[in-house]
Amino acid sequence: MKKVLVVCGNGLGSSMIVEMNVKAALKDMGKDAEVSHTDLTTAKTEQADLFLGSEDIVESLEDGNKNVVKLKNLMDKNELREALENNL
Amino acid sequence: MVDLIMKDILGTPAILVGLFALIGLLVQRKNSGDVVSGTLKTVMGFVILNAGANVLVQSLAQFSSMFDEAFAVEGVIPNNEAIVALAQESFGTETAMIMLFGMIVNILLARFSPFKYIFLTGHHTMFMACLIAVILTTGGFSGASVIVLGSIILGALMVLSPAMLQPFTRKVTGSDDFAVGHFGSIGYFVSAVVGKSVGKGSKSTEEIKVPKSLGFLRDTSVSVSLTMVILFFVVAGFAGPSFVESELSGGQNFLVFAFMQGLTFAAGVYIILAGVRMLLGEIVPAFKGIADKIVPNAKPALDAPAIFPFAGNAVIIGFLCSFAAGLVSMLFLPLLGLSVIVPGLVPHFFTGAAAGVFGNATGGRRGAVFGSMANGVMISFLPALLLPVLGSLGFQGTTFGDADFGVVGIVLGNFIRLIESNLFVSIAILGVLALLFILGAKTKANVNKKDINAA
Repeated sequence: MKKVLVVCGNGLGSSMIVEMNVKAALKDMGKDAEVSHTDLTTAKTEQADLFLGSEDIVESLEDGNKNVVKLKNLMDKNELREALENNL
Repeated sequence: MVDLIMKDILGTPAILVGLFALIGLLVQRKNSGDVVSGTLKTVMGFVILNAGANVLVQSLAQFSSMFDEAFAVEGVIPNNEAIVALAQESFGTETAMIMLFGMIVNILLARFSPFKYIFLTGHHTMFMACLIAVILTTGGFSGASVIVLGSIILGALMVLSPAMLQPFTRKVTGSDDFAVGHFGSIGYFVSAVVGKSVGKGSKSTEEIKVPKSLGFLRDTSVSVSLTMVILFFVVAGFAGPSFVESELSGGQNFLVFAFMQGLTFAAGVYIILAGVRMLLGEIVPAFKGIADKIVPNAKPALDAPAIFPFAGNAVIIGFLCSFAAGLVSMLFLPLLGLSVIVPGLVPHFFTGAAAGVFGNATGGRRGAVFGSMANGVMISFLPALLLPVLGSLGFQGTTFGDADFGVVGIVLGNFIRLIESNLFVSIAILGVLALLFILGAKTKANVNKKDINAA
């Protein structure tokens, strides 16, 4: 089971919405993955197959081993879908 | 038996929100594993939130003693998470009930009024429910009237707040896909209006180079830690080593003590946020799922950071200008006999950044600078004016941060203070809300006409 982690500064508002969108997109694509959301500090110590978040936030997650995708527009469903298709 | 249900079960807020999650999960026909884990996680989130409040309140008490010794005035750190967590002990049941029924009112208003917004920033829904519960209870309302009136106010705010900003939000995002659902919106509205009036011919902030090095402040835990350590150092320095070491730290060096207390505060905020995240993890998606079924063409109203990517530089400029205005305001507050509101990086970052984005949309660089400064002044003065109406909760050394909490709390609190009978207070509040809806609908119709004419 692949794991997707959505990240934002507080881990409350926007990451939760994106998480819902990821779940909906995966359902559309007929894929299955574990999806959750959290804040930046916690994300640094978490393991996941794909980290998603807005560009300015998740830049600091890139440590060479993490698979991080920087979203330009958090609410763009097409951009999100592309990220999922290329990474899962 | 009745006592068990009414007092022990419904009177325990953690169990109450667990029940809401349970109902939400059942309505969505989730499988039994999801229902059990979702319900338990929601209850546990509430317990974690209380645990965080206990950590935070110790450090807050030390801060208050030092601040009082140093400057002989009251120093207050606005932090929504802190005050809401502290309030749950006395107002937990009312907060949970107002939150649930407020969401239902939101769905009904979105269904039957011209404002089709579904307010998805769950933690702000909870904070506003808490504020309303505190103000109404402190003002002498009790029982069902708190919950009925409270949820109508909350539900109305959940659609009015995104609606008020929508013309400007469209300008920011260039589309009508989503709205901003955040209770700092009055600050952003003012920022956009200020931007409009000062920004003639000013270029967008996005054409300048802004250093990326401030990005680390986007991490809430880091920025809270940093602010609190600096604050504790400054205040401990003014209070003097002898006072701190003899009265508070039990002989530990005053700077070491200040450092640890600052981080204790930050740890408390981190724990509370983790609790809130767990608490809302099931409730908000259920709310959205139900709303989407009931309200055709519902528009999601999202947390403020959703607009940050549209103007990355305005975010940094907005934060810096808002924070600067907060520092200057801090010096003026005691002159007016108000409590000193210590500017926090977090409220200024989130609301200052959003104010910067809106100010830039209406008035370019000048708009971003002056608009976010206006926001910074507002989130210094409003929390100070809010303290007196919070009753006993106002003596904890913390208060609500963002603009709408201040405005709503002050207006509600003073309505209750000025009007003798609770019935007339209710009528007055409902009247004001109805007026806002009528005004809003008229403005909306005019804007739409303009759009059609322009096209």
